[in-house]
Amino acid sequence: MPLLRKGRRGTVAESLWLYGRLVSQSIRAQLQYRLSFTLTAFGGFVTSVVEAVGIWALFERFGSLGQWTLPQVAFLYGLVNCAFPISEALARGFDVFGKEFVKTGNFDRLLLRPRSTVLQLAGHEFQLQRIGRLSQGLAVLAWAIWMLDIDWNIGKVLLLLFTLISGVVFFYALFIFQATISFWTTESLEMMNTLTYGGVETAQYPLAIYRGWFRGFFTYVVPLGCISYFPSLAILGIADPLGSSLIFQVCAPLAGYGFFAVALLGWSLGIRHYTSTGS
Amino acid sequence: MTALSRRSSDAQIVVEGLEKRFRIARRDRGLWGAVKGLARRDYQDVLALHDVSFQIAAGELVGYIGPNGAGKSTTIKILSGILVPSGGRCEISGLVPWRNRVAHVARIGVVFGQRTQLWWDLPVIESFELLRDMYRVDQHRYQRSVDELIALLDLESLLDIPVRQLSLGQRMRCDLAASLIHEPEIIFLDEPTIGLDAVSKLAMREFIKKQNHERGTTVLLTTHDMDDIEALCSRVMLINHGTLLQDGTVEDLRSDQRRVVVDFQGVPTLTPDHQRLLESSQGERLVFALAGGVTEFLGEVTAHYQVRDLVVEHPPIEETVAELYRQARSSLR
Repeated sequence: MPLLRKGRRGTVAESLWLYGRLVSQSIRAQLQYRLSFTLTAFGGFVTSVVEAVGIWALFERFGSLGQWTLPQVAFLYGLVNCAFPISEALARGFDVFGKEFVKTGNFDRLLLRPRSTVLQLAGHEFQLQRIGRLSQGLAVLAWAIWMLDIDWNIGKVLLLLFTLISGVVFFYALFIFQATISFWTTESLEMMNTLTYGGVETAQYPLAIYRGWFRGFFTYVVPLGCISYFPSLAILGIADPLGSSLIFQVCAPLAGYGFFAVALLGWSLGIRHYTSTGS
Repeated sequence: MTALSRRSSDAQIVVEGLEKRFRIARRDRGLWGAVKGLARRDYQDVLALHDVSFQIAAGELVGYIGPNGAGKSTTIKILSGILVPSGGRCEISGLVPWRNRVAHVARIGVVFGQRTQLWWDLPVIESFELLRDMYRVDQHRYQRSVDELIALLDLESLLDIPVRQLSLGQRMRCDLAASLIHEPEIIFLDEPTIGLDAVSKLAMREFIKKQNHERGTTVLLTTHDMDDIEALCSRVMLINHGTLLQDGTVEDLRSDQRRVVVDFQGVPTLTPDHQRLLESSQGERLVFALAGGVTEFLGEVTAHYQVRDLVVEHPPIEETVAELYRQARSSLR
C-alpha cells in the first residue's frame, strides 16, 4: 500500500517512498491495538489540558506577564504545542534510540541494511498517539488567534506556517541530539530531557521575561526562541522589548534548519564513535 | 607472504593483520564506585583481535570456532561493516566493509542466531516485502527468490504470523530466508543453530549446504556445535583470545587419539604395558587410550586375553577442540 509511487533507484523520491512504506507499516501495527491507542491519545490530551489550565490560573492570579496578555501567551503556547507533538510523533525512533537500539545492540541491525541510518530511524515508528497533545495545541492556538485582533495578511499566514514547520524541524533536531548522546552514554538521558521537555516549557513563555544569559543560550546555542518568540512578535505585531528587528524576527525560524544540519553532523560523528568502539 | 599472493587472485574475502582493541570503563563495585565513576573513569584496554589473517575464496564454506569471548563475533562484525578495526586490512569483493558500508551490506547476508533481523510486530511476509524494498530488489527477482526460499525452508504456513509469535526454530528459518532475499554473494551466520531442536538443526544444515553447493554462496559460520562443523565445513578456523590458532580441514582437528573399548570374559589381569594404557574400567569393560599402534594392540589383546567384544572409537571432535582451547589458555598464562 505505497503512499508514493516507487521512484527511481537511489533517488530522493525513492528514499521518501521507502520512508512512506515504513511509516504506513508502523501505523498499521499501532492500529492493531486500538484500545491502547485511544487511551494514550486521550491521556495525552487530558494531561496537556490540565497544563494549559495551570497557565490560565496563573494569569487569573497575576493578570499579565510583563506586557503580555493571556491570549498572546496562549499563541506562543499553542505554537510550541503544535510543533512539539508533531516532532515527537515523527522522531520516535530517535527518542527511544538509547534504550531500544544502543543498549540492546539492535542498532547493528540497521547498520546491516543498505540504507542510511537516519532514514531507517525516521521510519522506525510514527507515533500516532501524539495526536492527543497536538489537538490540544491546535485548540489553544485557534483560541488565541480568535481572541487576538491580528491584522492578517498573506505574509503573516505564510510566516505562521513557516514557523510551525521550522519548530517541528528544531525539535526533531533535539531528538537527534538526544539519540547521538546515547552513543556515548545511555545513563544521562535525563539531561537531554531538560532540553526537550524543558525547552517546550521555556518556549511557552515570552523570551523577554528570562535573564540575559538564558535568552542568549536559547537564541544562539539552542535556537528555541527563533522558532517561537521572535516570529510570534512579527505575527502579533508586538514591538520587541529586546529590540530585535522585523527582518530578524521573520528570518529567525531558519535557525531551526541550521540546528538540524548540526544535529545530522553530530549524528555521523556518533556513528563513527559507535562503530569504532562497538557495543 | 607467498601463501597470501598465491591465493589472493581468487580470494573473495581478504583479512590481513586484523586488530581490534576495546576500551572498557572500569568501575569499582557498589554505590561509591558508581559515584566515583562519574568523576573519573579508569579505562582498561582489551585486545579482542590480534593479528588475524585469512583469506576465503568464493564458494567456500568455512567454520569459525572458538570459546565464548574468543573474538568470533567481533570478526563477523568487522566483516559486516558494523565495527571498525583498530588496525589491519580487510577487503571483501574489493570493498572495505566499514568504509563502503551501504554498498557492502547490499551484497552480503547476515544472520545473528541470538537476535532477529525481522520486524517484531509484522507478519513474516511483510518483513520480507520491506526487505525487498530496502535492498531495492525488483518485484520479478523478489518473487522468484522468495518463492524458492518459502519452498526450501517450508515457510508457507508461517507467512501471516507476526514474528513475535514464532517459535525459535520457525524464527530462525524466517531469519535465514530474510538474509537471502537479495541473493547475496556471501553470508555470515553467527551461531545459526543455537537453541534449535534436532529436527530444526538438521533442516538448517541441509539448507545451508544446499545454498553453498547449488548457488555457490560463500558461507562463514560460527558455532559451538561440532556437529555443525562436521556436517558442513570443509575448512575450520579456530580462534582463541583474539588469535587464530588453526586454519585447516576438519580432519586436522581430529587427533590421532583412539579409544579401544574391550569387553572381556571375566576381569583380566593386565600386563604392565597394557595397564599403562588403561583409561577407565567398569567391571569386565575396560577402556584403553592409544596415541597410535592400534593394530598391534588389538593383536596383543586378542592373543593374551579372552575377549567377547571390542570397539575402536575416535574421541568426539568436541573433546579435541576443548583440549585445544585448554592448551591455548594455559600457554597464555
